Amino acid sequence: MIPRDQIVTALLAPDLLPTLSEMDWDLLIRQARRSNLLARLAHLLIQNGQIEKVPNSPRLHLFSALRMVERQDVAMRWEVDCIQNALANAGVKITLLKGAAYVMAGLPAANGRTFSDIDIIVPKKHVAEVESALMLNGWQGTHHDDYDQRYYRRWMHEIPPMRHVRRGTSIDVHHAILPETARIKVNTPALLKAVVALPGYENLYVLKPEDMLLHSATHLFHEGALDNGLRDLFDLDSLLRHFGDNPEFWSALVPRAIELGLTRPLYYAIRYTTTMLDTPVPQAVINAAEIGKPPLGIASLVDFCYLRALRPTHDSCNTPGTGLARFALYIRSHWMRMPFLLLAYHLARKAFLRPKQLPVETALTTKEG
Amino acid sequence: MKISEFTEAELESRLRCGALLLNLGPFVARLNSDVVSIARDIALMYADFHTSPENTFADFHVKVALDTGLRRWAKPQVRFYFDGRPSFIPLPADQAFAMLEWGLNWCVAAHSHQYLIIHAAVIEREGKAAILPAPPGSGKSTLCAGLVNRGWRLLSDELALLDMDSDLIYGMCRPVNLKNVSVDVIKQFAPAAVFTASVPDTTKGTIALMRPPVDSVQRMNQPACPAWVVLPKYTAGASPQLERHSRARTFMLIAEQSFNYDIQGSRGFDAVGRLIDQSQCFQLTYSRLDDAERVFDDLLAGRIE
Repeated sequence: MIPRDQIVTALLAPDLLPTLSEMDWDLLIRQARRSNLLARLAHLLIQNGQIEKVPNSPRLHLFSALRMVERQDVAMRWEVDCIQNALANAGVKITLLKGAAYVMAGLPAANGRTFSDIDIIVPKKHVAEVESALMLNGWQGTHHDDYDQRYYRRWMHEIPPMRHVRRGTSIDVHHAILPETARIKVNTPALLKAVVALPGYENLYVLKPEDMLLHSATHLFHEGALDNGLRDLFDLDSLLRHFGDNPEFWSALVPRAIELGLTRPLYYAIRYTTTMLDTPVPQAVINAAEIGKPPLGIASLVDFCYLRALRPTHDSCNTPGTGLARFALYIRSHWMRMPFLLLAYHLARKAFLRPKQLPVETALTTKEG
Repeated sequence: MKISEFTEAELESRLRCGALLLNLGPFVARLNSDVVSIARDIALMYADFHTSPENTFADFHVKVALDTGLRRWAKPQVRFYFDGRPSFIPLPADQAFAMLEWGLNWCVAAHSHQYLIIHAAVIEREGKAAILPAPPGSGKSTLCAGLVNRGWRLLSDELALLDMDSDLIYGMCRPVNLKNVSVDVIKQFAPAAVFTASVPDTTKGTIALMRPPVDSVQRMNQPACPAWVVLPKYTAGASPQLERHSRARTFMLIAEQSFNYDIQGSRGFDAVGRLIDQSQCFQLTYSRLDDAERVFDDLLAGRIE
């Protein structure tokens, strides 16, 4: 059995925090920072009225992280307004995904969460209009190399990320939730048909609760770099706990996963939130979700990997198998992303024919790093 | 226990197992390094600083380590790690201590949003602090190093930590980073000052660090109340000239020179506003440190309206 890490215990049982020693706090703050969960911890402590019981030094780190996400929240809302204005007349429903959706829909998953960019999804046939409307309003394409363009436009589920010339903010325009080449085929039309209008906005939508959970799960369990793995697992936990107040959510969840073709990610989501984060899920739903369980041998391999790789990317959470698990999941994510021959071609191309980056892109990449 | 109470061998072994906790004003840094020259430079530069016991909460866990592999023997490089994760590109091993200093600055600037962090030197005398904000190359570190050898207290030569609740400025009193000709200028101006060996060919040119004055280190935890914002401008051969600087422009300069003004939102705006309201704002053109010292004496004595 893999031990529970300090940051997980802290987020699940914040009442125990006042009993921590100085060295417990030392490790907790480091794990929380590395997992991008420091502000979430701060938010929880404020909600519980316990922040004042935290010793002074760690408390300042919590406040510092909180200040950062409060600022991001303001910036995110402003950016969403800009996107809404740019796309008001695009003649197509604009659906926000992930972090932006959690913030704008006022979900608890947004509490203390950090963001890097905004993701939207539109029907594939409208991508060109959306792209040009964004360009007219100051967003510029990136990845100008011919190969990268083809990579995104032919095989991926999104166009190359766009960056606003003045604000430097990024937007990812998707038309599906998985690459066109992925092994799992998703029923995107059904997903986009069921979107929910965002109150107060003319043309902004979010996915309906079941779909939001399924998308979040699909994203996490197809991701190769799990630097934010634990944070994303807490997103799933928060969505399940929040939407789970409504019994209709539970009865709709598995049937919807079947309809969209997302039973496998749903199985993983339920498996790892319940195992690692004690997320309350009705037994009937756990049983029904077994429909997405992979064959036994694979299931235990995947278990070996995720139970290690979803822990904080911190020295204190590394065990002898951690590196192997992360590497295996990285390979797996590529394996699921595209057929083998295409993958081989893509990797060979990236390895041997790496084009010179444009100076401006180099500068931007460095800044991000 | 003070750094000067350790032998160099003790410092080395503590650094090797990451058990040296250095008190830096509002922060505690836990240091780890296998680079011998770092132990020597810490002994030299941080002699008067206190350490904390091993079971103390550390704000920043940092490590400067030699890269492994063949390179270690031919052209050794050091790398900076923030809590186990490599950050920044590696540097030649003779820049190890400078890398530790720059790395610590980054740790504070990137993670301490409880303060408004301004890229500025801060010195204090008789309870009044002067903030010297400036883009690189304006001579703020030189001026700061000069004045702290003539009775002014050093708070910082690089990062002013403005507490937005009390409007007081905190410093860490760390070694002063001097570049190129400034090193010799200060050595002549203050022959008693202690320096690290000069390191050539860094990204900032030839650099050396100057040990902070004992009195400043002893008072490291005392914040100071800002009284002046002075923009230094070194101009070769110029006679000293202190001119009023527009409050609006000074406001903008402070905001631009702040690492986290954008994160603070309206709190930051209000805090910079109060800082400018309570300070006299000047631009000082100078070429000789003796002239600058006289100008600051005049400021302190209230001889300048």
